[in-house]
Amino acid sequence: MNKYLLYPGCSLESSAKAYAESLNAILEPLDIQLEEIEDWNCCGATEYLGINLIPAYSLIARNLALAVKQMDGAHTLVAPCSACYLNLAKADHYMQERPALGTKVNEALAAGGLEYKPGTLDVRHLLDVLIYDVGLDAIKKKVTRPLSGLKVAPYMGCMLPRPDYKHRWSDHEHPTELEDLLRVLGADVIDYPLTTSCCGGHMTQIGPETAFELICRLVAGADERGAHLMATVCPMCQLNLDAYQGEMNGYFGTDYHMPILFFTQLMGLAFGKDPDELGIGTELVSSRQALMHIGVEVPAAPEPTARRKKEEGLPMPSRLLRNGHKHEKEAVR
Amino acid sequence: MPQMTDERVRAGLMREEDLSLLHEVSMKTAGVSRLEMCIQCGTCGGSCPAAADMDHTPRMLFAMLRAGMREEVLRSNTPWICVSCYHCVVRCPQEVHIADVMYTLKSMAIRAKLYQDSTAPHFSQTFVGMVETFGRGFELGLASRHYLRYFPLRLPGMAPMGFGMITKGRMPLAPRKIKHMTQLKAILKRAKHLELTS
Ligand code: SF4
Ligand code: SF4
Repeated sequence: MNKYLLYPGCSLESSAKAYAESLNAILEPLDIQLEEIEDWNCCGATEYLGINLIPAYSLIARNLALAVKQMDGAHTLVAPCSACYLNLAKADHYMQERPALGTKVNEALAAGGLEYKPGTLDVRHLLDVLIYDVGLDAIKKKVTRPLSGLKVAPYMGCMLPRPDYKHRWSDHEHPTELEDLLRVLGADVIDYPLTTSCCGGHMTQIGPETAFELICRLVAGADERGAHLMATVCPMCQLNLDAYQGEMNGYFGTDYHMPILFFTQLMGLAFGKDPDELGIGTELVSSRQALMHIGVEVPAAPEPTARRKKEEGLPMPSRLLRNGHKHEKEAVR
Repeated sequence: MPQMTDERVRAGLMREEDLSLLHEVSMKTAGVSRLEMCIQCGTCGGSCPAAADMDHTPRMLFAMLRAGMREEVLRSNTPWICVSCYHCVVRCPQEVHIADVMYTLKSMAIRAKLYQDSTAPHFSQTFVGMVETFGRGFELGLASRHYLRYFPLRLPGMAPMGFGMITKGRMPLAPRKIKHMTQLKAILKRAKHLELTS
């Protein structure tokens, strides 16, 4: 059994728990063991780096330092989230490229009794480990329910194939790894040239118009090419494309219904696992119809928004809820 | 060139401290920024999915940096619109660490209190505040604080989404906290001290 250290990242405990569940479900068939870093902290996403340099890198490096303590023969640190992966890889890389940064970060870590020597760990994304360590042949052997007939758009996003400090991917803009994997699962992979276009990142929070443009381009691109669903490798991409799809539809007056699943959920389905073991049904744009193409029955979730009262949203003063009828219809989808 | 900048300083078009703006930004960037190597080819702006919403393309912004236009640069919305997609980074013929320079400019703009767009810095700062308190992100706390302040009109459209996220168990109502918060706080405190003194 191959042991890896795991940095799950905050999303896997919340918005992307379907990613965590489906990952758990496929570990055993693939004979890999993931050991979670004890007491890991948030990597700062794309926010901390824009505020303070040394604190941002120290925040990331605390995780690297904690991981080293648990190495015991393993030296690959796996992150399932592309943003976490990039932050961890970036800290490791820049602490080497700019030794002055490495020294300062270590001075900060010392205040917590920790240290990290850059280069000690090999930081990798989950997809990378599954493809290049486990291998497509081994994955293929576990397929008991091929996804044939399911048209999937392979969506890699930006932060996984770029900037790619260690040259791990086949290409920065049109990498084929995800589609190779989906093909091995038997899926009907559509040609998706937007595979590494941006999902909008944090712009859904701060400049929604910019984000809606980007989301619309991706979803429309998959829809036009006949995809039943999109496969993603990152919680931030999943959140933007799934949770904000309704609001995006409202903004443009469009009517897209493109389910966004994690690639691990599709692996689980291909390995014959039950949808509810894989967190299927937690997506806001339901994949129920799409999965009928492979004969998978997902129990119809009671549509939470159908009998929704306005006050049931985020805890907020009711005065703010008054004048939004315009967007409401579209956003319910 | 040096003579010209001297003249600009004398003419009051440029301040003494602006002469080294490019150098300062470069030094404050993690890794080796290679900002000095920019040849103004424009590949970055042409590759950027967010360029249409930016005050200046990255290329233009870097020319302004070189010209020492501190205030204009730090007021530009460009770094805040950048989504860190790294398209420009892998295409730049000079391998300028463009996305990392954008992070540097954001932190400089916050410090100089010159940012023009007020929602992005608030979002970053609220996020960081949560992380510094709990050690983990807290989406609900972040979302409610940020939206209440800046996008109250967006909330009705988002309420079904928030409700869906909560009922599907995707948005915990309480933050998770790491065990060794004191350790993390000590590290960040030292790091902030180092940031100010370096
Ligand atoms: S692509 Fe690189 S060299 Fe060209 S203008 Fe942009 S930063 Fe400068
Ligand atoms: S990293 Fe930023 S500046 Fe570069 S292409 Fe992406 S959004 Fe534009």
